[in-house]
Amino acid sequence: MVIAEQGSSETHLQPTADTAASRPLVEMTNVTKVFSNGTVALSDMTMTVMPGEFISLLGPSGCGKSTALRIIAGLGGISAGSIDWPSFRINSRGLPDGDISFVFQEPTLMPWQTVFGNVYLPMRLKGISRKAASERIMSALESVGLADFHKAYPRELSGGMKMRVSIARALVTEPKLLLMDEPFAALDEITRQKLNDDVLALWKSTGITVVFVTHSVFESAYLANRIVVMKARPGRVDSDFPLHTSLERDSHYRTSEEYRQACSEVSARLSEAMGGEEHA
Amino acid sequence: MTLSLDKAPTSANSAAQLPTKETAAAQKRRERLLTISIPLCVIASLIVLWHVVVTVNEIPHYILPGPWLVVNSLVNDWHILLPALWVTTKITLMSLALALIGGGGMAILLVQSRWIETALYPIMVILQVTPIIAIAPLILIYAPTTQAALLICAFVVAFFPILSNMVQGLKSVDHNLLNLYELYGATRWQTLIYLKLPSCLPYFMTGLRIGGGLALIAAVVAEFAAGSAGAGSGLAFRLLESQFRLNISRLFASLFLLASLGVLIFALTSFISWWTLHRWHESSLKREN
Repeated sequence: MVIAEQGSSETHLQPTADTAASRPLVEMTNVTKVFSNGTVALSDMTMTVMPGEFISLLGPSGCGKSTALRIIAGLGGISAGSIDWPSFRINSRGLPDGDISFVFQEPTLMPWQTVFGNVYLPMRLKGISRKAASERIMSALESVGLADFHKAYPRELSGGMKMRVSIARALVTEPKLLLMDEPFAALDEITRQKLNDDVLALWKSTGITVVFVTHSVFESAYLANRIVVMKARPGRVDSDFPLHTSLERDSHYRTSEEYRQACSEVSARLSEAMGGEEHA
Repeated sequence: MTLSLDKAPTSANSAAQLPTKETAAAQKRRERLLTISIPLCVIASLIVLWHVVVTVNEIPHYILPGPWLVVNSLVNDWHILLPALWVTTKITLMSLALALIGGGGMAILLVQSRWIETALYPIMVILQVTPIIAIAPLILIYAPTTQAALLICAFVVAFFPILSNMVQGLKSVDHNLLNLYELYGATRWQTLIYLKLPSCLPYFMTGLRIGGGLALIAAVVAEFAAGSAGAGSGLAFRLLESQFRLNISRLFASLFLLASLGVLIFALTSFISWWTLHRWHESSLKREN
């Protein structure tokens, strides 16, 4: 395991065979976001997202990590700086057109639609017929283990199952970039571990790029191969480092010495980031 | 009856049996039977009490007719009451339909832009807070026919609850879902059809239930104000007429028909509400604990 010093993202790029694929997905340069009430939610953030990365935005509440994620998604404008999506089609509003999926902290399902109808949504909005979409919807549901529940309504599902539906909906369009905003924060520990494993498996099998917001050091150290630690008031990046492990990330990794060490080092970075303000 | 009811669960408990599917179904049936029979028993005993009071005190029929006389006049005056009932029903349902279209359409228009809302909402409120009985004379002057005037009055009253509930519903759409639609590049139209309208359906149904009741009340009140007579009159006129002629049993019969119409409209709107929402909305679900 290596935790490198903070530096420009190019220095810890993973080697990729295809040079075209190594164009960045997102380039944020000195982005600042001020809310209408004057709160500086995000100050001077510079970050590049490269294909294939699993980035975890880690920090205490109020550090602007969710704001950063929304900006990456193209939701809500920025007050200063610039953001670019070099690998995406850009629509008339200057925002990426599709290919980005978002999983919110809540499942955010439409209660009047069945599981199938909810997963169908992104394709329905693109004008694809129910019939034509059916195969992809069912395979997305299969990938989260919910194929048998396609006729159920959200109220009939448990919290973890609702979250799986939300993930299936995010995957059905086969996006390049998956943004997750503390997706499992409201779930119990057992369900959370299971879903973490599922997300990792999906990341490995599809080669999708993930940006994952969390306030959990353990989740960060388990999932991410790059961690961006943020600090609050105003929200900004404190450190940005890759996290490579020799072990495969699975249940063995969870109990390994290497994971324990990763956790303690990430934890040290986080308390370093929070240290200044606790005494302020 | 109460005793046997109490006994059944006790014996089941003492046998330490979990309720099987069959006993649960039987219990459900019995519960349903009771919810229908209890109110019926209460109404029946009230009618018996009414009969007894009238007979024992020898109250003259022009002050308080017995239930039998009311039934009599319901049957004998059917040829007068039925057309009147039909007129009132027609006005109520037509005004409700207009209010649904108008209120729903106006709500969609209002939430499109803050400026439209700023411009129009105060007028809607003024229209709502002014008692209909006070506007009725004006409407009667300007409307081409009395029927049209009654229709307008009932419409004005039923319109507002539907409008305000719809506006509330359209504004209460889950922000995360709105973000999601924006993220997937949904058009304004798609967001309205797939997200906003379905999610405000429960609010719309509340408006429908309130509006249905109010439309009937307004149709009656407006007819009182109009005081019109003749072939095309509704139940309200028959009420007034019966009062002038001291035909109290026919007054009661008209009243009975009005109440029945009100109950029918309430049952109908409640059913529509249940039918559209029962698969997903909390208000139509039984709590399972």
